[in-house]
Amino acid sequence: MTTQPYVRVSDLSRSFDVSKPWLNRVIEGGEKQYLKAVDGVSFDIPKGETFALVGESGSGKSTVARMVVGLLPPSRGEVTIDGVSMTDRKAEAERQRLRRRIQMVFQDPYASLNPRWRVDRIVAEPIRAFKLVEGEADIRARVGELLTLVGLHPDDGVKYPHEFSGGQRQRVAIARALASEAEFLVCDEPTSALDVSVQAQILNLMRDLQDKFGLTYLFISHNLAVVRHMATRIGVMYLGRIVEISGGREMFTSPKHPYTRMLLDAVPDLAMSGQERAPVAGEIPNPINPPSGCTFNPRCPWANERCLAERPPLADGVACHAVHEGRLAVKNAA
Amino acid sequence: MTDTVLSVRDLRVEFHTRRGVLKAIDGVSFDIAKGEVLGVVGESGAGKSVTGSAVIGLIDPPGRIAGGEILLSGQRIDNLPPEQMRKVRGKRIGMIFQDPLTSLNPLYRISEQLIETITTHTDLSPSQARTRAIELLAEVGIPAPDRRIDSYPHEFSGGMRQRVVIALALCAEPELIIADEPTTALDVSVQAQIITLLKRLGREHGTAIMLVTHDMGVIAETADRVAVMYAGRVAEIGPVHDVVRNPLHPYAEGLMGAIPTLAGEEARLVQIPGSMPRLTRIPPGCAFNPRCGYRFGRCTVDRPDPLPWRGHKVACHLYDPASGPHFLGEGRTLAAAEKHEEATA
Ligand SMILES: Nc1ncnc2c1ncn2[C@@H]1O[C@H](COP(=O)(O)OP(=O)(O)OP(=O)(O)O)[C@@H](O)[C@H]1O
Ligand SMILES: Nc1ncnc2c1ncn2[C@@H]1O[C@H](COP(=O)(O)OP(=O)(O)O)[C@@H](O)[C@H]1O
Ligand code: SF4
Ligand code: SF4
Ligand SMILES: [Mg+2]
Ligand SMILES: [Mg+2]
Repeated sequence: MTTQPYVRVSDLSRSFDVSKPWLNRVIEGGEKQYLKAVDGVSFDIPKGETFALVGESGSGKSTVARMVVGLLPPSRGEVTIDGVSMTDRKAEAERQRLRRRIQMVFQDPYASLNPRWRVDRIVAEPIRAFKLVEGEADIRARVGELLTLVGLHPDDGVKYPHEFSGGQRQRVAIARALASEAEFLVCDEPTSALDVSVQAQILNLMRDLQDKFGLTYLFISHNLAVVRHMATRIGVMYLGRIVEISGGREMFTSPKHPYTRMLLDAVPDLAMSGQERAPVAGEIPNPINPPSGCTFNPRCPWANERCLAERPPLADGVACHAVHEGRLAVKNAA
Repeated sequence: MTDTVLSVRDLRVEFHTRRGVLKAIDGVSFDIAKGEVLGVVGESGAGKSVTGSAVIGLIDPPGRIAGGEILLSGQRIDNLPPEQMRKVRGKRIGMIFQDPLTSLNPLYRISEQLIETITTHTDLSPSQARTRAIELLAEVGIPAPDRRIDSYPHEFSGGMRQRVVIALALCAEPELIIADEPTTALDVSVQAQIITLLKRLGREHGTAIMLVTHDMGVIAETADRVAVMYAGRVAEIGPVHDVVRNPLHPYAEGLMGAIPTLAGEEARLVQIPGSMPRLTRIPPGCAFNPRCGYRFGRCTVDRPDPLPWRGHKVACHLYDPASGPHFLGEGRTLAAAEKHEEATA
């Protein structure tokens, strides 16, 4: 056995061809265009821990998630889970065995549940597909057990998804993920469509299930407070790259990267320090034509010549020239 | 009170559906003063948007205002004929919605839309209106407004479009702005820019703002006072600092505890059991009673009215002296009340 972590993502990259159709290019001119949705993303997740990816819309979080579960082939890089490559074509047989243990939970539980199936059939499906329990009576008992586990009632199995509220549907989605005896859940904005009070129920449930079954999570969210609540480690994404990666607490007490600082400053928080904010100007640039050098440079108060020319590598958990050069002291919560 | 801009009195809105009469708003009252931002929070379906729609006179057919009054600077507007209400809407009340594209026509240039609104509601000539439009765009933070003004909406990003909508809402210098989830569709960094902008404009122009959102953080940063809605009623209304730090109503208390914060470290979030009732089946007595840990005798029988309680109004029998011994009963809400007393002492 190696000491390799449970999940290892290395140099994961994905480009999309966003060129105009061939004929238009011939007539109107224009090059082929590529959008680098994810560019050189690496992280590890030890078993039983939660790694969170946080970032604004379009930063590449969902694209990473889809590659990690094998829904989308990467253009470059590798994902291994429990020593099995998710990206190497030759590992197909091993990957099939692994598939059951990896499940994904999406933002919109309604879109991910078959509306014409009763909830008991939805939850039983992976049990049947992977032949985890034999015999109808035992399957029914197992489904009842799973529904209870996520805070629903076994009798709820006879209902259809539309008869549930958003939070209850997310519980059904989690029950289905657990039905396959999954160990690793990739959750893409699992509570973003829910009200805060319902979000609290789901986040508590996810933590309870983690404690109970030692689950490993890749948790994706744009909500920093939610991420702080859930994560052991956090990666901050900007335009397809991880710009800072650190322990869950550290990210909030001593953020290093200018973008992380800006995000933390921008989040309206209940603590209401009351201080007037100086919100950072600008928005995420067009990912088809990202700025040269450090892609954050048009919005960064510390940008200099080098930042316009040279892409900062991720070193010591941060990808920023100013931090590496010591021009920008690490912020410490007083 | 001369500086009350909006006054909503005992508002009731009903929707007649196949499943029966749905009381979307059931006896809601609040005021907003000149230059004040009132935040309205609550879970989805609590009636926030319907309240806003009632104020601007845009409740869609199966729905109707079934009772109460809405006054704009002292004048009743809930019973105006549609034609007159349309004028009030453009001139005296500005609107900002979640999706800026609902307020912008994709087929017309930004300049055309702004100039039309300005000339309709003011005496300015088209060329003066164009100058005014450029000023407004500059005010909401559109860079190089004299060049960008002739763009189409799709040429702007989401955050820029929302700025244009704010400019559009400001065109006629309205007394009141209704902003329904204005930042919900935006990224955090852009959201902060829009919040700062709204706050500044409200202050500078003396506009009263009703800010509807389910994001308590946004309210905490922006609002002066906050109304917490539950099942078509106001559970608690008071100064934003108090309500956020020391919520009194058990629902408000649960809601605040449910929100993860950047300060972090909460091992578990407060969990309110169950979910909001269907509005066709609101339980008798207090609408929150099936989920409330402090429920006692009266709660399933009498409906609590919002009563004044140290600068707040709280619709909960725990804060009603008429509840007698229960008011002084044990439980965390009483602790909340004590904390609140300390804080305001
Ligand atoms: N199939 C595709 N074809 C072209 N571009 C794509 C495709 N999928 C994603 N992208 C682009 O890749 C970038 C990253 O997208 P992704 O969905 O991963 O972002 P995200 O971080 O999950 O954002 P959000 O917070 O909005 O969910 C975006 O610019 C997006 O437009
Ligand atoms: N056109 C409509 N027909 C029937 N019911 C409606 C209509 N519009 C709103 N409602 C109902 O009124 C209640 C309050 O809705 P709303 O004000 O939109 O809530 P929110 O607090 O999320 O903004 C909900 O139960 C909603 O379903
Ligand atoms: S590398 Fe330069 S531009 Fe990029 S975040 Fe650091 S200081 Fe700013
Ligand atoms: S009135 Fe009763 S049920 Fe309602 S919130 Fe107060 S204590 Fe709870
Ligand atoms: Mg996404
Ligand atoms: Mg709404």
